[in-house]
Amino acid sequence: MNIHIKNGRLIDPKNSIDAVRDVFIAAGKIAAIGVAPEGFVADRVIDATGLVVAPGLIDLAARLREPGYEYQATLESEMDAAVAGGITSLACPPETEPPLDEPGLVEMLKHRARNLNQAHVYPVAALTSALKGQELTEMAELADAGCVAFSQADAPLTDTRVLMRAMQYAATFGFSVWLRPQDSFLAKNGVAHDGEVATRCGLPAIPVCAETIALSTMLMLARETGVKLHICRISSAAGVELIRAARQQGLAVTCDVSMNHVHLSEMDIGFFDPNCHLVPPLRSLRDCAALRAGLLDGTIDAICSNHAPVDEDAKQLPFAEAEAGATGLELLLPLVLKWSELDHLQLSDALHKVTLQPARILGLDAGHLSVGAAADVCVFNLDTYWKIEPGALKSQGKNTPFNGFEVQGKVHYTLVDGQVVYQG
Amino acid sequence: MNNPQLNKHGELQHLLSTEGLSAAIMLGILERTASFVNVAAGSEIKKVPLLHGKSVFNLFFESSTRTRTTFEIAAKRLSADVVNLNIGSSSTSKGETLLDTVDNLCAMHADMFVVRHSSSGAAHLIAQHVAPEVHVINAGDGRHAHPTQALLDMFTIRHYKKEFHNLRVAIVGDILHSRVARSQIHALTTLGVPEVRVVAPKTLLPAMVENLGVHVYHDMAQGLRDVDVVLMLRLQHERMQGAALPSAQEYFKYYGLTEEKLAYAKPDAIVMHPGPMNRGIEIDSSIADGAHSVILSQVTFGSAVRMAVMSMLAGAA
Repeated sequence: MNIHIKNGRLIDPKNSIDAVRDVFIAAGKIAAIGVAPEGFVADRVIDATGLVVAPGLIDLAARLREPGYEYQATLESEMDAAVAGGITSLACPPETEPPLDEPGLVEMLKHRARNLNQAHVYPVAALTSALKGQELTEMAELADAGCVAFSQADAPLTDTRVLMRAMQYAATFGFSVWLRPQDSFLAKNGVAHDGEVATRCGLPAIPVCAETIALSTMLMLARETGVKLHICRISSAAGVELIRAARQQGLAVTCDVSMNHVHLSEMDIGFFDPNCHLVPPLRSLRDCAALRAGLLDGTIDAICSNHAPVDEDAKQLPFAEAEAGATGLELLLPLVLKWSELDHLQLSDALHKVTLQPARILGLDAGHLSVGAAADVCVFNLDTYWKIEPGALKSQGKNTPFNGFEVQGKVHYTLVDGQVVYQG
Repeated sequence: MNNPQLNKHGELQHLLSTEGLSAAIMLGILERTASFVNVAAGSEIKKVPLLHGKSVFNLFFESSTRTRTTFEIAAKRLSADVVNLNIGSSSTSKGETLLDTVDNLCAMHADMFVVRHSSSGAAHLIAQHVAPEVHVINAGDGRHAHPTQALLDMFTIRHYKKEFHNLRVAIVGDILHSRVARSQIHALTTLGVPEVRVVAPKTLLPAMVENLGVHVYHDMAQGLRDVDVVLMLRLQHERMQGAALPSAQEYFKYYGLTEEKLAYAKPDAIVMHPGPMNRGIEIDSSIADGAHSVILSQVTFGSAVRMAVMSMLAGAA
């Protein structure tokens, strides 16, 4: 199928394009930009006049809840949500039930996803068996089955020798290890940032040093083992500073932040809003500002949705008992656009954090619209303003701290491998 | 953000926390308490009919004999029908959620819930959920708030000291885990006490506690110097397991209230405790039973304060 996307404002961070250009797609790939290739006959013409044409978004943390938590969400519902949000590739963390710790599970997930024919799914496998932090998974086998990285998800890995061995073994094969830094002893029972709000509300707290101590350990072990380390969902100013310093010393560590933490702080907990019970916890306004500064200076490479659909019953509980997490797939684009406006960024620089940069972290040749690249495209109207209403989301998770926020950016078309998989 | 405790006319709809209550509302509760002290004291008038025909549900997800009893007495003296539910031992252990339980009781035409729960914010959750004609009183949620305790403490302080604006008050003990301390701090600062102190080892103080408007002390001699009121807190035994303290003996030696330490306070200082007391751990028996102690007055005023709050919420004159 040949598709001609015409008159759109093409934004391609990799190729530094931000101009009105036509895009020609053939055989699932970008065939030409600007001028039609010789003999090109469009089967379908998409009029993108007044719309932005960008690479499809790539999300580094999207829980699809399969296998094991189908009551919270299914592959069908969440893949629908992803493409409705302009996301064409997503990495799913291993915290399923059972966790993604053996090749059969990974193959099944990939197979299920492929049959849905929507976004590309890249499973991140468990670093340790059953995420218990004791024995290594069969990393090479898992990689053969299609895993792109190895992660401990939010499960504790307290034994530093196991952590070091896992990094050494991953480094042997050149695999990436993705970790969220949190000292499990310091974070024990904690549900909110150890600051003014937790003190007022009497919520069990997680101090910033829970992040920095674990992060320091990870950075030192990465230096020691030479592993490709990616830090997931940094939450504090001090954490950003540690990564900045490690980079300056030449360590090739990468890092992402959740979109929730770009926009929210502990203050948003208000009167115990369980939708603000997130992992990691929302920290102070100062931390939020430091995360945004880290995005601007490149210390933080990417923004993820940290999508975690939670069923309503699990949220209708007192703050500490409510299950942590927020839905995010359909909000990633508008919240990145909102951030772009708040921090006065070029649109291209903002989209960079959800296209090319996450592709690099995943080790994929994706997130750009060069000729010959897979035609994963998101076409959206930048100037459509809308109000976030949980009931209208396609995700089975309706839990969002952004309920009622006025945002901009509405997806009109999402293409994966040159196929229109969503039309809004 | 709307104050979830007030209705659109700025009147008390629920009592969830002393934070966010105006001095006027708090003083209004204290005035009304004064009028109930006689009823509570069991003079010739045993009962008043202000809550006649209303149903008050004592919803205790965490066990408490004392607080539940005072609420029960208060409701009965107001002529309400009282139902006590110890949920810890029934529904939720069968898998029913907190709000399911509340919905079921609302269907039985509850007018008022008195809620005690081990999780901070539980009373707020219920208050947000119930119909507008239903009222919620927080009888203690996690580490967050225990507003009726704080209000009865304020009543007791005013009873003995007359004014708030010239007082120095010290709160001593486990501030970190204490809902009583948080509610006392908000009430004291709102009512105009110029100097509120907290005295505790660093392991029992929450982060940035000074932002609540208190002065932090780690030493009893300094913390109690020239204070008018000493508010002691109960020390839970499990603090020793959590490595917050080495032993009860050491705690008593450095933070327990003894004659010697009380001597740093003003000669007419009063000593209070929310109960139940751990004698010999946070307070010496000679103080608990001594001339400075007003602990039994607190208990006496407890049901009057709760009568005041219940009648105010019910809109009864």
